[in-house]
Amino acid sequence: MTHVVAVGTRKGLWLLRSQDRRTWTADGPHFAMQEVASVAFDTRGDTPRIIVGVMSWHWGPTIAWSDDLGETWHETENRAIAFPEDTGTSLGRVWQIQPDTADRPGVIWAGCEPTSLWRSGDSGETFELVRGLWDHPHREQWAPGFGGAAVHTIVPDPGSSKVTVAMSTGGVYVSDDGATGWTPRNRGISAKFFPDPYPEFGQCVHKVAVDASSPSVMYAQNHHGVYRTDDGGLQWNSIAEGLPSDFGFFVLASPRTPGTAWVMPLVADGERFPVGGRMRVHRTRDGGGTWAELGPGLPDEAWTVVLRDAACVDAAEPTGVYLGTRDGCVYASADEGDTYSLLVDHLPDILSVRALEV
Amino acid sequence: MGVTLRLPTILADVAGGRRMLDVDPAPASVRAMFDALAVSHPALERRVRDERGDLRRFVNVYVGDDDVRHLDGQATALTEGAEVWILPSVAGG
Repeated sequence: MTHVVAVGTRKGLWLLRSQDRRTWTADGPHFAMQEVASVAFDTRGDTPRIIVGVMSWHWGPTIAWSDDLGETWHETENRAIAFPEDTGTSLGRVWQIQPDTADRPGVIWAGCEPTSLWRSGDSGETFELVRGLWDHPHREQWAPGFGGAAVHTIVPDPGSSKVTVAMSTGGVYVSDDGATGWTPRNRGISAKFFPDPYPEFGQCVHKVAVDASSPSVMYAQNHHGVYRTDDGGLQWNSIAEGLPSDFGFFVLASPRTPGTAWVMPLVADGERFPVGGRMRVHRTRDGGGTWAELGPGLPDEAWTVVLRDAACVDAAEPTGVYLGTRDGCVYASADEGDTYSLLVDHLPDILSVRALEV
Repeated sequence: MGVTLRLPTILADVAGGRRMLDVDPAPASVRAMFDALAVSHPALERRVRDERGDLRRFVNVYVGDDDVRHLDGQATALTEGAEVWILPSVAGG
C-alpha cells in the first residue's frame, strides 16, 4: 500500500508518498506560485482522481485534476466554475472540494468564495451553481470572515439526498432535498460577535466533521465553541469543557471509531496561537465528554496554527492524523494521534491537506 | 493585416505554444478581441478576464505603449496593425 498526502500551500501543491507512514518522499511544487486552497481525492472510480482548487493571483482561479497521481494535470478548456451573468459576481477562490458518496459516482461538490455551493456531475470537470443556496434570503447577511466569505464544509449524507454545509460566516445549513431548499441549523452555537449571541444564523462555524457512528452525529469547531449534535444539527451542545480553549480552526473525526475526534485549541480569537506556545492536539474518545492532550512529536515554542482544511485523517488502520502548519511543516501520526513525526518542513503557508491509500 | 497579440511566456501553453497571435481582421476594440478569443482560445481568455468580462486585477493590457486602463479600458479602439500586449503586473510575495 502507498500512502499519499496532498499538501496545498500558498505557492503550490506537494505530494508526499510513503509505503509505511514512517519514511516519506516529497514531490513538488505542482502549480508553482499558485494557491492550492482545496484538494480532494476521489476514490470512487477505477483510478483515484486528485482534484485541486488552484488560484493564480494573476490568472485567476480554476479547478484542475490528475488521474495519475500528479504525473499529469488537466483543466477544463472553458471555465470549470463560472457565476451566471445574473449574479453579477465572479469566482474568487475554491475553498472546498468534496466527492459525494459512493452511490453517486461522478458527483463532486465545491464550496467557493463568494459564499456559494456548486455541483458537478462529471467528476469535477464542470460545475453548476446550486441556486437554492445562492438565492437564499439569508445570503445578504452572510458576512465575510477574516479569510473571506465561503462555503468551506460540505457533508453529503450517504443514506439520503441530505446535504449539510457550513460557511463563515453564516453557520450550518442543511438541505433535505438534494440541495434545493436550505434551512439554518445553528441552534446552540454561539456567535459572540452579535448582540444576540444565539441567532438563527450568522455563526462563524470554522469546520464540521461527521462521527463514525452516524451521519447525524457531527462535531463543530466554532469561532469560539466546540459542539456536537446528535440529530443532524437540530440542536448543538457544547463539548468544550476540558479543553484549554474553545477557539480553533479544524475538527477531525475518526472514520472508523465512534466518539473519536481531534481539535487543536488556540488561545482566543484575538490571540491565535497554540495555548502556551505549545502545539498540541486534543482527542476525545467519548464524543467530547472528556479530552486528552496529545503532544509527543509536536513542537514547543510554536507560534503557528493549523488552518481549517490543513488537517485530515486517513483511512488506514490505525487511523493516521495529518497536520499542516502555516509555517510550512507537516506533522503526522500513524497511531491515531498519540505521537507525531515531522514529514516535511519549510514549505510555504499550508492551506489544505488530504490523505489517500492506494 | 489585423492586430498582433503578444503574450508572456507563461501564457504560451494556452496559445498553442506561441507568444504571438495574429487576430485578423482587426477587432473593433479590446473587448471585441477578447470576446473572439473566448471562442478561439477560451483557456487563454479566462486567464485574462473573469466571467463578467472584466480584466483580472493583476493583468495589464497595453495597446502599443499605453495601458488600456489609462485609455478607454476594453472599449479602447483597435486599428489595423496595432500591437496588443498582455503583461502580468507586479503581484505576490
